[in-house]
Amino acid sequence: MATLLEIKNIETFYRLIYALRGVSLSVEENTITAVLGNNGAGKSTILKTVMGLLDDQPDKGTIEFMGRRIDGKDPEVIVRMGLSYVPEGREVFDELTVKENLLMGAYIRRDRAGIKADFEKIYVYFPILKQRESQWAGTLSGGEQQMLAIGRALMNGPKLLFLDEPSLGLSPLLVKEIFKIIVEISKRGVTLLLVEQNARMALSISHVGLILENGRFVMKGKSSDLMQDKDVQEFYMGVRSEESAKGFQRWKRKKRWR
Amino acid sequence: MFLQLLLSGIAFGSLYALIALAMVIIYKTSEVPNFGQGEMAMLSTFVAFMLLDTYGHSFFVSFLGALVFAALLGVFLEFVFLRRAKDPNILSLILITLGFEMILYGVASWKWGADQRDLSFPVSDFDLVNIGPAVISYLNLATLLVALVLMVLLFLFFRYTKVGIAMKATQQNPMAARINGIRVNRILSVTWAMSSTIGAMAGMLLAPVATLDPNLMLEPLLKGFASAVLGGMTTLVGAALGGYMLGIIENLFGGYVSLEFKSIVAFGIIVLVLCFRPSGLFAKHYVRKV
Repeated sequence: MATLLEIKNIETFYRLIYALRGVSLSVEENTITAVLGNNGAGKSTILKTVMGLLDDQPDKGTIEFMGRRIDGKDPEVIVRMGLSYVPEGREVFDELTVKENLLMGAYIRRDRAGIKADFEKIYVYFPILKQRESQWAGTLSGGEQQMLAIGRALMNGPKLLFLDEPSLGLSPLLVKEIFKIIVEISKRGVTLLLVEQNARMALSISHVGLILENGRFVMKGKSSDLMQDKDVQEFYMGVRSEESAKGFQRWKRKKRWR
Repeated sequence: MFLQLLLSGIAFGSLYALIALAMVIIYKTSEVPNFGQGEMAMLSTFVAFMLLDTYGHSFFVSFLGALVFAALLGVFLEFVFLRRAKDPNILSLILITLGFEMILYGVASWKWGADQRDLSFPVSDFDLVNIGPAVISYLNLATLLVALVLMVLLFLFFRYTKVGIAMKATQQNPMAARINGIRVNRILSVTWAMSSTIGAMAGMLLAPVATLDPNLMLEPLLKGFASAVLGGMTTLVGAALGGYMLGIIENLFGGYVSLEFKSIVAFGIIVLVLCFRPSGLFAKHYVRKV
């Protein structure tokens, strides 16, 4: 297995706020990697930093994609190298039709046959998009917009796909459906890096899991092991541990490392 | 009489429509009303005049030369002035466009002076065509046709070409455009080139009717802007319709009510529209769900 993405010790600032405090991460080819963490832990910031969406960031550290340095490059360049991003909150083009949205996904490609084949493929993954083809994307429901956002990113023809909270604001049933398709996409040879709050769902489909707190990774392991981990269960999956004799909740077990 | 007023209203309206289109194209991508638009068109018209009169090139060479100049001017202004603005807000961008409006005005006055010139146009303003009981000059007819052709081309461009759709996409969500590999800066350049070219066309069609001096586009720009506001700054079709409406209403008012107050009608209408439909008559803006 080759390493697709190698992040070494990056630090990111939002003006004066120290958001990533030295994050290292490597993503192996043909795996699903899940990054979990609370609000404000810096999960999305990792993705944004790697995509080059934050000006002049990372402040320190290096990012390599398929052996080439990409830190400091613009997203327009990075996406052409085969790294795509499904942003948090969908971010579809509201006043373009579904078809035009997908077409914009294929903006960087010239191979007509490949584009056409990918259109078909996406309509197989998400049949509802085919029905909504000539509708404005802004008029779709949240779940449909999420599907469109994933479809649009797939139209880039990526090797590695970043998914930023695909379950955000969706009903449990829809979340299930979306995750089923994510697994499907992974099986077709797209490597995935998934950022999620929904730990149970994310760990159930991923191979490797990492837990981020206050801009640092505090745990890393095989997803199946993390699922069994007491701390992870308690703090990220809402499983209540046995109550202590005096009925105190003991918080200090939470991983912290400063 | 009514038909006559209507016809010349439409002819003037197509000029307003062109200027409105030029402004809307920039507004849609840069979110700034470009008050330098008129001066950009005026300068391009002067370039046509220079090529034609001073260097003695044929009309079509001069015309095309001026259009190319206009495109380059647009790209230049966007690249040199607007793109330099760090963390710009709308107000500072508007001030920048006002700034280069003054620079361009100064350049034109310095190079060509305030003399009124005559841009010899191959289509006559005096030969008339009869349409029913009314007449229309060849020049007005040409203006109308050019405007119509341009609008159809623009419509097709934004509907069916990849670059056209990418321009709309960039305007709607620049971040999403970037992560799909659309080079936003390049799109902006294209936008400014297109808009400036359209403006220049309006300028050159206007010059034979008015007189060519640095004040050429002063009033037409305001009217064009008014049309754009009337129709809705965000829709191309709306802006064009706004132009025609303004031309017609203005002319009818001039014919039946009072010639002196003709120009004021435009602004009266705008005040009314802004009171009742602030986003313009034809704006179909999708309201984001919360």
